[in-house]
Amino acid sequence: MKRVLKGNSAVAEGVRLARAQVICAYPITPQTSIIEDLAVMVSSGALPAKFIKVESEHSAMAGCISAASTGARTFTATSSQGLALMHELIHWAAGARLPVILANVNRSLAPGWSIWTDQNDTLSQRDTGWMQVYCQSSQEVIDSVIQAYKVSERLLLPTMVILDAFFLSHTHEIVDVPDQEIVDRFLPPINIPFRLDPAKPAALGNLLYPDLYMEFRRKMDLAHEDALNVWEDVGREWAGLTGRSYGLVETYRCDDAEMVFFTAATAASTARVAVDELRERGVPVGLVRLRVFRPFPAALLQNLLSGRRKVVVLDRNCSYGHHGIFHQELKSALYDLPQDKRPHVSGVIAGLGGRDITVDDIKEMMTLAWDGKLGASSWWHVLPVGEEEPAAAK
Amino acid sequence: MREIRIHGRGGQGAVIASEILADAAFRCGQYVQAFPSFGSERRGAPVAAFVRLDERQIWARTEIYRPHGIIVLDEGLVTLKLADVTQGLQAGGFVLLNSARDPETFSYLGNFTVAVVDAGRIAIAHRLGSLTAPIVNTGILGAFVSLTSWVTMESLEEAIKLHAPIKPEENVQAAREAAAAVRILTAAGPRG
Repeated sequence: MKRVLKGNSAVAEGVRLARAQVICAYPITPQTSIIEDLAVMVSSGALPAKFIKVESEHSAMAGCISAASTGARTFTATSSQGLALMHELIHWAAGARLPVILANVNRSLAPGWSIWTDQNDTLSQRDTGWMQVYCQSSQEVIDSVIQAYKVSERLLLPTMVILDAFFLSHTHEIVDVPDQEIVDRFLPPINIPFRLDPAKPAALGNLLYPDLYMEFRRKMDLAHEDALNVWEDVGREWAGLTGRSYGLVETYRCDDAEMVFFTAATAASTARVAVDELRERGVPVGLVRLRVFRPFPAALLQNLLSGRRKVVVLDRNCSYGHHGIFHQELKSALYDLPQDKRPHVSGVIAGLGGRDITVDDIKEMMTLAWDGKLGASSWWHVLPVGEEEPAAAK
Repeated sequence: MREIRIHGRGGQGAVIASEILADAAFRCGQYVQAFPSFGSERRGAPVAAFVRLDERQIWARTEIYRPHGIIVLDEGLVTLKLADVTQGLQAGGFVLLNSARDPETFSYLGNFTVAVVDAGRIAIAHRLGSLTAPIVNTGILGAFVSLTSWVTMESLEEAIKLHAPIKPEENVQAAREAAAAVRILTAAGPRG
């Protein structure tokens, strides 16, 4: 049924429809209304689950790890400092191969205190072994939460479903909330192969010696390789049930595009408008939106971008000292293309700390890239072109 | 695409008004977005909320800079110059204020359509909120419907019943009464 929902409520509805069994969370702006909605659902009986209140995000993830270890379907949500505090156990959940689902509302890290969006909180968790899905609409949020349970439980890998603070978390829009019956057909009850049984308590040591540690980690990496296909398969199955299709990436007006604009999350939605306006002016630009960042769909992107003249990457994040993070990752993937097929890649860093990224901003980025005025390193959108590197630093 | 900015004070219901308006437009078959000014809200301090309406899917996910209409829940924001309510307002746009004064009082705001409705009096008559802090958001949305016809009264009433935390019938009555009581001064002269 179609309803007007904000992004945070779409997360909660997805968790309800997925029949999560244990929710363990700690509040933080701008995520809080996700767990408020879930608390209401649990207390009213709409969601027959256990809601565990804890004193920190570190404990929230510990709760999810414990519950998932017994075979329960789990959920938590956080943002920014909360995700950073969870970091130790974020590694643990992935290493223990537990299919925990976490919704992260992207929020900038302090200092200075900011409650507004950018992606450095989730991208700082890049190497933990979690899958990451960046959403551009509340519809995609609810659908991705449900899909994430299916993918995670098949691969025994945890997933972060990620949405921009305010631009998605607090924006009300039309969402088609799937029927429970459809979700039940798509997502069977959780059934993971290895679990602890509270009725048979035992102490288990898990020291992993050098002769085996790598084998475990190699299996985790192989599961990520499989995940590329599983996300596509699950996306097709969901499309068959709902008519809504999502893959690893989404393309827009790319067929004859000589230049491709590459970004993720809500900025990609806004970029569609900019693509349409520049197309009217005759600029052959298209859009590729990265949806699944881990695993990184490198081969797919090589195929999509091979032979294009230019690619411009918009990062709402920065790896201080070396470019925006999507910019780095994409350049690294495209290096495997033969030289005559390799597009020129430039990058822009914009929208940190929740600064708006307008249609005009994106048109400016595209125009500068098309005119050859952006170099190979990421251009900070706060400065005039060419002033990103003070002479003394060169 | 139509873009609307709603000014109010924290606690007056500007954000809920944006959600009700979006829901009403959704019930009329339109695509919608509603969002608050991004940040923390304090009771009594100036706040804003935003609505986008379109016949086509809305892809822009940015703040609103050039609205077509403004709704002001507290005229004090204008008279005490606490908010620049016409900032970015497009030529030919409207300003709808909760005020007991004549619309001519506000013609200094610029060459816009000015509409007023005494939503505070109507809210008090229907016992919405308190004497000092009446809940005016549903009333002023009724006035919005008769000013713009961008959504139907039936859809507004359905949306109010869904969103009003208490007294849904009283809120609907307030919207109807305000719809009949709105006074409009267009750039060409008074009407309504």
